Amino acid sequence: MPSAVPNLKHAIVRESSAASREGKNVMGQTQTFPLNAWYAAAWCHEIVHELAARTICGNAIVLYRRTDGAVAALEDSCWHRLLPLSMGRLKGDDVMCGYHGLVFNSAGRCTHMPAQRTINPSACVRAYPVAERHRLVWIWPGDPALADLAKIPDFHWNDGAEWVGEGGTFYSLKCDYRLVVDNLMDLTHETYVHVGSIGDEAITETPFEVTHTQSSATMTRWMINIEPPPFWGRQIGRPGRVDRWQIVTFQSPSVVVGDVGVAMTGTGAPKGDRSQGVNGAFLAALTPEKDGTCHYFWNFVRNYRTDDVQLSRDLQRMHVNDGQGVYDQDHVVLEAQQRAIEVNPGMPFYNLNIDAGALWARRLIDAQIAQEAAHPVVLAARMAG
Amino acid sequence: MSTSGHSWQRARLRSVRDLTADVRLFEIEPSGAFIAPTPGSHIKVAVQIEGRPAVRSYSTVGLSADHIYRIAVKRAPISRGGSAYMWRLQDDALLTISAPDNHFPLSHGCPDYVLVAGGIGITPIHSMALALAQTNASFRVLYACRSAADAALADELRTVIGDRLVLVLDDAGMRIDFEAEIARLAPAGECYVCGPIGMLEAAKAAWQRSGRSAAGLRYETFGNSGRFASEAFRVKIPRLGLDLDVPANRSLLDVLEAAGVGMIADCRRGECGLCVLPICSVNGIVDHRDVFFSDEEKAANAGLCTCVSRVVNGSITLDTGHR
Repeated sequence: MPSAVPNLKHAIVRESSAASREGKNVMGQTQTFPLNAWYAAAWCHEIVHELAARTICGNAIVLYRRTDGAVAALEDSCWHRLLPLSMGRLKGDDVMCGYHGLVFNSAGRCTHMPAQRTINPSACVRAYPVAERHRLVWIWPGDPALADLAKIPDFHWNDGAEWVGEGGTFYSLKCDYRLVVDNLMDLTHETYVHVGSIGDEAITETPFEVTHTQSSATMTRWMINIEPPPFWGRQIGRPGRVDRWQIVTFQSPSVVVGDVGVAMTGTGAPKGDRSQGVNGAFLAALTPEKDGTCHYFWNFVRNYRTDDVQLSRDLQRMHVNDGQGVYDQDHVVLEAQQRAIEVNPGMPFYNLNIDAGALWARRLIDAQIAQEAAHPVVLAARMAG
Repeated sequence: MSTSGHSWQRARLRSVRDLTADVRLFEIEPSGAFIAPTPGSHIKVAVQIEGRPAVRSYSTVGLSADHIYRIAVKRAPISRGGSAYMWRLQDDALLTISAPDNHFPLSHGCPDYVLVAGGIGITPIHSMALALAQTNASFRVLYACRSAADAALADELRTVIGDRLVLVLDDAGMRIDFEAEIARLAPAGECYVCGPIGMLEAAKAAWQRSGRSAAGLRYETFGNSGRFASEAFRVKIPRLGLDLDVPANRSLLDVLEAAGVGMIADCRRGECGLCVLPICSVNGIVDHRDVFFSDEEKAANAGLCTCVSRVVNGSITLDTGHR
């Protein structure tokens, strides 16, 4: 008889109701991410008719594209002996385990077992809700009953139509996804981390405003009548002082979109007329890989010179360039920050005025985590041996 | 059987309520963590059978928005002991229960569903119907039972799903027409069955004839229902010099293990095939109650699942792997 202990990887299990209120997991640690959310798992073009492994929110998942074009996402662990199914192979639209040949269809139901004429009715692996939108594949690691397509974050700037840009992904970035949220919700760091490109003393000298809703937080900063920093000076392509804006919106729990740009000063940009300027947007879909690591899907898009393929390449190179790009500079900081957190367990962060946007973002994330902790759900079951 | 793992916890029997003459609803309040059971989940309950600890699994009833686990237990005329134990419990009794598990998960987003319950098999089907109603899915529930008075949970279900609930009553001479029900199911629809083995076999046969993908038929069995009522029989194992009585209320596997026969078993509900022993000869009829063997294999009678299968009108001679 099985020992009747459910495998914890499938259940959001809490030790006690007191811990539950604080969102503690069984290890006594605070849960770091909500599960009931759509998270980017891959760029659409990365998922073809081949098995692709990803870890999302601590869940090992195998992704593939079926012959009808739809993407399937299954638990990457055979029902029988837990071998990653991603080590097996596709047989039509089904996945065959590379160990004993069990076959699972794209809904996670076993369709073949070796050496017997029937199929154990309990045999299945989790199938994750999955959707393609805005050139990304999104996965819902939580309760599938709650997976509403309307909750996919607004990432339309990434569609490749009105806005263009070539982004990428930093898979398995060695930092908590919330450190990236902090980074993007407070752009004063540009002055120090990205000096010489987008950094500018004006950022630190200009006040900002933070607004928030039940599911988002927005940091807005307008720098009026300044000399453009080098990057934006090149983009606008004319001499003269500018108004610069940074309007950065967090969509809980893990998407950040920054509306950024400059326009010739005095031409009405703060009132909505951006015709005498250039407008870009930085896009970030941050997916917890597991506690302390994340996948960072990024793009920098623009709505000017949209046919200029060379500019798209140059902008991508500006962000990622053998350790010299803007995002490379962030990574050095983010991973070092994560290491510092890990060698100083329990040491608190102190907060500054500049952290208001990040703190609103974290409050929204924490509320989602607490809400899930209060209503844990059986996601799937596997009896421990 | 250990109940010391941390998924086990103390719980209080908040109340009991009879749904029918032989089906009782138990409302169980966990002392610690509550994990919402998804439709098709079960919890395990530590029970005492003739002074020995044992574990029984019961499907959860309803969606437990109030953080109370509900199970419904049918009082079996020939009980293996679990239902008799449960029926002796009074309000406020202390229980040891497991966290929910789900071996019978409901898929999401199918274009159409037909849910089929036989008797106490209504328990997971009821929860599935409530969940599907919440998402405005297309579904029907076919609920077969002896009489309207035996239709536990039917009234509650009807208030939520209306005429999507169809009662199929034995005493009115009604039978589920699986051919017709499967024919009206949308092509990519799924069928979920929980009921006695005879109902399941009818469903499987009709499903296979329909040419649909086998994976679209989902089912769970009680692991203790057969074509015949349980009765005592004798089992002989010449290799071990054993000649044993298997009482009506105990499984063949239990009796063999109690007699010291080395057995490997896992699911104990006729699914995995690990406890199969070869049949040397049978005097009487083997009542195959498993879902491991195919129909052809059952007809050939080369082996049986000792956890669930039985013999009527006689005795059986088995071999073991003991050397």
